[in-house]
Amino acid sequence: MTTAQAPDTATLTVRNLETHFFTRVGVAKAVNNVSFYVNPGEILGLVGESGSGKSVTGFSIMGLIDPPGRVVGGEILYDGQNLANLDDETMRGIRGNRIAMIFQDPMMTLNPVLRVDTQMVEAVRAHQDVSHATALELSRAALEQVGIPSPERRLKSYPHELSGGMRQRVAIAIAFINKPDLIIADEPTTALDVTIQAQILFEAQQLCRETGTAMIWITHDLAVVAALADRIAVMYAGRIVETGSTDDVIDRPVHPYTEGLLGSVPSRNVGGTRLTQIPGMTPSLLNLPEGCAFRTRCSYADSACHSEPAETKPVDGRIVRCVHPLLTEAGA
Amino acid sequence: MNVQTPVAAATPIVEVRDLTKNFVKRLDLAGRMAAVLGADARDETVHAVDRANLSISNGEVVGLVGESGCGKSTLGRLIAGLLEPTEGSVHVHGRDRATATGSDAHRDRLAVQMIFQDPFASLNPRMRVEDIIGEAPRVHGVVPKAEISAYVADTLERVGLDPDYRRRYPHQFSGGQRSRIGIARALAVKPQFLVCDEAVAALDVSIQAQVINLFMDLREQFDLTYLFISHDLSVVRYISDRIVIMYLGRIVESGPTEVFFSAPNHPYAQALLAEIPRLDQRKRTFHPIEGEIPSPLNPPPGCHFHPRCPHAFERCRVEAPALREIAPGRHSACHLNDQPAV
Repeated sequence: MTTAQAPDTATLTVRNLETHFFTRVGVAKAVNNVSFYVNPGEILGLVGESGSGKSVTGFSIMGLIDPPGRVVGGEILYDGQNLANLDDETMRGIRGNRIAMIFQDPMMTLNPVLRVDTQMVEAVRAHQDVSHATALELSRAALEQVGIPSPERRLKSYPHELSGGMRQRVAIAIAFINKPDLIIADEPTTALDVTIQAQILFEAQQLCRETGTAMIWITHDLAVVAALADRIAVMYAGRIVETGSTDDVIDRPVHPYTEGLLGSVPSRNVGGTRLTQIPGMTPSLLNLPEGCAFRTRCSYADSACHSEPAETKPVDGRIVRCVHPLLTEAGA
Repeated sequence: MNVQTPVAAATPIVEVRDLTKNFVKRLDLAGRMAAVLGADARDETVHAVDRANLSISNGEVVGLVGESGCGKSTLGRLIAGLLEPTEGSVHVHGRDRATATGSDAHRDRLAVQMIFQDPFASLNPRMRVEDIIGEAPRVHGVVPKAEISAYVADTLERVGLDPDYRRRYPHQFSGGQRSRIGIARALAVKPQFLVCDEAVAALDVSIQAQVINLFMDLREQFDLTYLFISHDLSVVRYISDRIVIMYLGRIVESGPTEVFFSAPNHPYAQALLAEIPRLDQRKRTFHPIEGEIPSPLNPPPGCHFHPRCPHAFERCRVEAPALREIAPGRHSACHLNDQPAV
């Protein structure tokens, strides 16, 4: 099995990660043999539809998988350590400090009964030995950095006094406040309006560029990653089916699922014609088709797809998990 | 906004004139007592829709776009007859719905149906699919009682569902299938006009494409007219003939889809277009417009957009711009259009 050839300088390298959920009706392999890496200052887009395992991958890295789920195999290498094997206390020192997460719903990050300043100061002092005053000043600067007007006043607010966009900015400010090496952003703009989404994408872009923080941007929206990411990994039913640079994946997809996904995006298509749709629906993780999980919806599938497709590297810098990669269109 | 939308060659299927909807939050007892004692407590009024004019001709697909709180869903519900307007009127086939009586009123109501956003909340979980779809045509006598079962099966087939599923309950279906059930329910009373309120927003991309294709097919089969409400400009661009943009309760621009997308007139529409992420724009730098949508409880005076508008000048702060025709079939509400070309 060829694994993602991670450069030695990578901020985070995930190798053969397996996260399973042990339910009464069977074992759901939510993350199944997933490998990828992300470099300093790089934005990796992790794309997939609901149930593809993209969020569970993010939670696995953060060590936030609760029973009945468990990371059963693979390595999450950060700074010479395997995060999958760390004890709780060491992990607490890393989480929120060296690796931070931004959630889809900012109310998951924010405590509704504490003022913004209390929460931000707490986040700073949990990881840095500084005075309350210094922590408060850091918090103020962090709010300013994410474009919040009159940060002094906002520090004294409770989360419910802020709009959705403001809350998400506060969540982002908290994620960035300890200058982490890696941020995992799980659909942070999905619940926001277009103009507010653009503002948040703008802040995220700026911060990564200025601080050299690596970012994993989890989303279902191909258009967002096209605008934001350096590289894209596409997930389907717990596996990464295709990885490559943003231009390669979007202009020259090699996996039939990626091709179908791109065909489904309305902005790609001219009005009046029908969208090219992927037939059927995402299979249940408890009842995946044998071999390639996509084969029941794939127009290229044949008997060869009944056995598990291995990862191949059709072109330099790209990895695909398909027996019939669309190489002619990829233009190798 | 007294400028009438141009009257199409035939009577428009749906027309709204100076439609206004206010939601008033009355003072509670404590508030009224405080007011008596001289406190500055008043009823709170949200101008959800503010003097909207819109006419939709037969066979047209109109995309109604705006951000949360702009009143697009309220306008859709007013047109579908789920809300009563505070002022103004809704005309179906040229008849004012408020004054129509008897069989006319009945027919006009059935002609306009609605498809809701949330395929989970909009289906009664305790009803079987055949009852969800069959109830309305039975009650309204759209088909004879004996034929209901066959009619439901036929409707299910038209929206791409297996008629064998008709004895099932909504929870036994996936999100995409539930959307189809919602569509079948609306189609069952043979409407001519469908209000689709964020009908594909809750679906995954690949399922969304299936449902959009279904909408296009049904339009051809039944000669339907749509008001397609969405915050997603790429979906709206794909499906609509004409685009209508709302901001804080007011229609700020309308025009044919391609013309609109190639040259939006209103500064808000321009900002909206500039900021949608697109597949063909890589590693772009975003230049977002400043600020947030003001509260509809306390909208800014004059043009609602002026606090965020890069081109705002004195007149925008005082006078609300009217929706004017700027080119044949195109309307925009912006004072800049009165200025000599720069």
